[in-house]
Amino acid sequence: MHMIKRLAACVRQYKKPALLSPLLVAGEAAMEVLIPTLMASMLDKGIDAGDMGYIAKMGVLLVICALISLFFGVMAGRCSAVAGAGFAKNLRHDMFHRVQKFSFANIDKFSTASLITRLTTDVNNVQGTFQMIIRMAVRSPLLLIFSMVMALRISPKLSLAFLCVMPVLFGGLMLTMTKAHPFFEKMFKSFDKLNRTVQENLRSIRVVKNFVREKHEEEKFRDASSDVYRFSTGAEKVLAFNEPLMKGSMYVVMLLLSWFGARMIIASGNNPANGMTTGQLLAIISYAQQVLGGLMFLSMLIVFITISRAAAERIVEVLDEEIDMVDKENPVTEVRDGSIVFENVSFSYSRDMERLCLTDINLEIKSGQTVGILGGTGSSKSSLVQLIPRLYDVTAGSLKVGGVDVRDYETRALRDQVAMVLQKNVLFEGSIKENLRWGNYEATDEEMIEACKISHAHDFIMQFPDKYDTHIEQGGANVSGGQKQRLCIARALLKKPKILILDDSTSAVDTQTDAEIRNAFRTMIPNTTKLIIAQRVQSVQDADLILLLDEGRIVARGTHDELMQNSDIYREIALSQRKGVTDNV
Amino acid sequence: MSNRNPGQNRNAPPPRGPGRGRHMGPPVSLKESLKGIDMPTLKRLLKYLGKYKFRLIGVCLSLVITSYCGVQASRFLGVLIDEHIAPLLLEATPKFDGLILALAKMVVIYLVSIIFTYLYQRLMISVNQGVLKEVRDSMFSHMQTLPIKYFDQNQFGDVMSHYTNDTDALRGLIGSIPSLWAALTDIVVVGASLLSLSVWLTLFILLFTFLMMKITKFITTHSGKYFVRQQAAVGQVNAYVEEMINGQKVVKVFTHEDECKEEFDKRNEELFFVASSAAKYGNILGPVMNNLGHTLYALLAIVGGAMYITGVQNLTLHGFAPLTLGAITSFLQMSRSFTNPISNISQQVNSIVQALAAAGRIFNLMDETPETDDGYVTLVNAKVLPDGSVTETKERTGVWAWKHPHQDGSLTYTRLRGEVTMKDVDFFYVPEKQVLHDISMYAKEGQKVALVGATGAGKTTITNLINRFYDIADGKVRYDDININKIKKSDLRRSLGVVLQDVNLFTGTVMDNIRYGKLDATDEECIRAAKLVNAHGFISMLPDGYNTLLEGDGANLSQGQRQLLSIARAAVADPPVMILDEATSSIDTRTELIVQRGMDALMQGRTVFVIAHRLSTVQNSDVIMVLEQGRIIERGSHDELIAKKGKYYQLYTGAFELE
Repeated sequence: MHMIKRLAACVRQYKKPALLSPLLVAGEAAMEVLIPTLMASMLDKGIDAGDMGYIAKMGVLLVICALISLFFGVMAGRCSAVAGAGFAKNLRHDMFHRVQKFSFANIDKFSTASLITRLTTDVNNVQGTFQMIIRMAVRSPLLLIFSMVMALRISPKLSLAFLCVMPVLFGGLMLTMTKAHPFFEKMFKSFDKLNRTVQENLRSIRVVKNFVREKHEEEKFRDASSDVYRFSTGAEKVLAFNEPLMKGSMYVVMLLLSWFGARMIIASGNNPANGMTTGQLLAIISYAQQVLGGLMFLSMLIVFITISRAAAERIVEVLDEEIDMVDKENPVTEVRDGSIVFENVSFSYSRDMERLCLTDINLEIKSGQTVGILGGTGSSKSSLVQLIPRLYDVTAGSLKVGGVDVRDYETRALRDQVAMVLQKNVLFEGSIKENLRWGNYEATDEEMIEACKISHAHDFIMQFPDKYDTHIEQGGANVSGGQKQRLCIARALLKKPKILILDDSTSAVDTQTDAEIRNAFRTMIPNTTKLIIAQRVQSVQDADLILLLDEGRIVARGTHDELMQNSDIYREIALSQRKGVTDNV
Repeated sequence: MSNRNPGQNRNAPPPRGPGRGRHMGPPVSLKESLKGIDMPTLKRLLKYLGKYKFRLIGVCLSLVITSYCGVQASRFLGVLIDEHIAPLLLEATPKFDGLILALAKMVVIYLVSIIFTYLYQRLMISVNQGVLKEVRDSMFSHMQTLPIKYFDQNQFGDVMSHYTNDTDALRGLIGSIPSLWAALTDIVVVGASLLSLSVWLTLFILLFTFLMMKITKFITTHSGKYFVRQQAAVGQVNAYVEEMINGQKVVKVFTHEDECKEEFDKRNEELFFVASSAAKYGNILGPVMNNLGHTLYALLAIVGGAMYITGVQNLTLHGFAPLTLGAITSFLQMSRSFTNPISNISQQVNSIVQALAAAGRIFNLMDETPETDDGYVTLVNAKVLPDGSVTETKERTGVWAWKHPHQDGSLTYTRLRGEVTMKDVDFFYVPEKQVLHDISMYAKEGQKVALVGATGAGKTTITNLINRFYDIADGKVRYDDININKIKKSDLRRSLGVVLQDVNLFTGTVMDNIRYGKLDATDEECIRAAKLVNAHGFISMLPDGYNTLLEGDGANLSQGQRQLLSIARAAVADPPVMILDEATSSIDTRTELIVQRGMDALMQGRTVFVIAHRLSTVQNSDVIMVLEQGRIIERGSHDELIAKKGKYYQLYTGAFELE
């Protein structure tokens, strides 16, 4: 119920066509229902009675009915087209805007692939069902009810014939649907498995070939395709009962109507005044067809709704996802300086104090300092710095930037002052300039060149034929890893932030350039606080403060010289990396 | 590849099962459609269907029978009125024996109709699903035999769509063959029945049908235009969604949310416009056809009524006869069964043509030339006899040998040592661009050989020649002194362990992923391998340890952890030769140091080729080769190369950049 309400709220400005559509459909159905009755009169009083004038009169009426019905039908089609496309547009709009509000924790909860599916395929499915509902869901029951009323008006006794068959047919249809449903569920799952097997095989084809696992992969695939075969066949076999069931019901009705109808007509002498006539019998038969056909449609509609239910649920999940990071009222909008203070900070992605990633961090960084952070895989270096621009909230303790708790800032203001170059960074499709402007929309060409000079991107950009207008492909596929990293740094620099965080952002840049970039930081942006996560000791050795992390704790801190003296681990890393260089240079 | 179809749902998620692939292509006239039928593909499809020929004949017969029964059912109303109502009205004491008999006859006809309706559906299910399974299986099996080149040249999305969109289209295609047959049968059977009732009225219906076809064409032409634009707009929205959702964290870091919303709304609005325009035309097709049907119904009644009253001589197949009231009734009943198939037939043919294109793409994949393998030297378990010679054994000894059959029928065994030599090797990926020039190198048993150089220098290419992902243009590659071309590819690859920079994991548990290296490895062996490469630590920390389920290519692991797993996977395979292509690039140096110890243990007694970005990883190699633009420009040990003060020295001291 909640789901329907939530989705209905997305109709918004298309309420008019969405409501108009079923009304028009109702008009169409009403006209269609008139046709058999008019036809009956024409047969009885016109053709049978030999009255040409009456035939012409009824004929014109019939054609008018058909034309009015056509008009309503076409208008309904147009309305539902607008309403359906509009509804889909709103769904996509709401979901996309919702995702923009997501915190990192929210994003982590949904995989990107699943978010994309929800925004594309799922919306399509729900849109299709929505359109069907505003047309068919009204048309079929209305046609059914109107036809039943008309048939009862002609002869309640004869109408009994199909009124009895109706529940049998409906029950039968529902039975096949419920029997088929579990097969469909399994079938969809097996399709997912089949597709996944192919996807993984394609992505990993080099692994498959290197390990000579072609046969193994074939077995996996055959296993999945046998499931697809089994469940598809199972579902279709059950559904194969539907058409014979429908035909059977219709035939039973025909037989009953023919027998009782014929007897009634003969009893009345085919005189409308005395009772049943041939024309009326034909009309009742038409109505019976419409009633049973309507039932068939209804049962199909139920199937569609159940199938798209899962998609609707996935959409609502996104719309209902609680944003776990909202700005306070009257937030602080200005970041005074680039100082950072961690006070007893603990952090867990699952907010579970039992499973901490960072434990009891105390740290004070002065504005303008350069801090190097080292640590092994999984030592939570990235987690530590991601707290500073409030990508995640601390689980315990407090974190202050510029003397103010990060939770008291307006998020936007805070992030504008804390620039972060992520480990998994991406460039977007567009020119280099367009990508750089992400840092600052109003950046002038001079500012861009300056930023690129600091990050040592300028030289290689100038070597491209189109220079700063060079087109970057989706994901930055046409620049090398090192070039990409330098562009990402320049993009962050353009924000002119008070704090700059580089999360292993120069791993693909050679040592020489790496050193020059750090040099440029020192001379060009001396007042910016710089946090540098690195794998190489060289990258951090001239920092004001070096932190060594292990399993979410700071295990050593100090300058390079201090750590060389006091920390065994630090010394070990430094020596292993500098071996050779110190010997030979 | 000829069957690339850029832009067509490359990134579209796979359709799920039947009934989802609503397809609406640009409209084409029947004549053009028929011309567009791809005969070779059709013939090939028929070959698949040939296996089921008796069932298909059953389907066709059933359809003819049900079509005939349908006509009888429609005509029965006329018969009822003319023979069992009208005459009885004139009798004083009506006898209903005739009616009972007629109804009994109809019961039989109805039963036959129901039985054959069910029969044809059941038969079709087994044909359709059977063909689909066979096509899927043989497509995948064939794909496994294709060379790496195929996967280089074809985009992931394109290949994937053969299994999703194209297979779905094929399903529709097989299903549409009986529909087309049913339509044709209906036209003939109903048409004959109509003619037997009245030639004039039949002509009238034909005239009207012609009008309906014209209107249908008008509507589909207009909707078709918008449907093409809709495809493009859908692509625009989907591409944007994909790019921004993938880069969502960057969007947040740069507080770029508002700009994203704005751009998205623009594309979303455009999609709304074309989608609603296309649907406006698409949606009216149904009501138009339906109500034109009503109009025809009315007109038939008027014309038939006029003929009945005026007593115009009615021409039937049996000659001239007066038109009866029952005949008019039957006519009205049957008019739709006649007009519907005619007006649908061009659309049906059109969709068959499009589905044939999809089937053609599937067959193209099956026609791709498989990887050739003329190798006849195979890898066997061996044991060393006391006299030092090597012989084959059944059991797993840990000693391997190359079994080399000769032309004179004799067999020789060479112990697997893992020596690789290359002599004057040239290589091209594409004819005009030479990638490797004159490469000569040797790796002796147990040596560690490092390849160093900038991206594109040809390091990975060399390893790709050793495992024969590609074949050399000129020169020689020998493995244990056997020409590599003589070795059976699968055995060659089994003797090599390769760890790549891009790690690919499979859905399954951590244990399953390690076991991929050796399918019959016990849990203990897998754990031992994980311990060896220092992956055991982090695996034990995972929620379910070795039984933790990995999904989406191990999305829940860090890059470094994924690399450790892939090294463990190679370790469990225990191959005599290892190729490590940037295998530790994402592992931090400290962990690498620990992994390195494990790796050193792993490398003990093996020939190893190392490609590494970090020079610290390669300095203890026996030989280091520096590549530049496909040529080896320097070779020697670390100390020799440093002393030489050449390119390696410059790289090492950071004067040059590797990317």
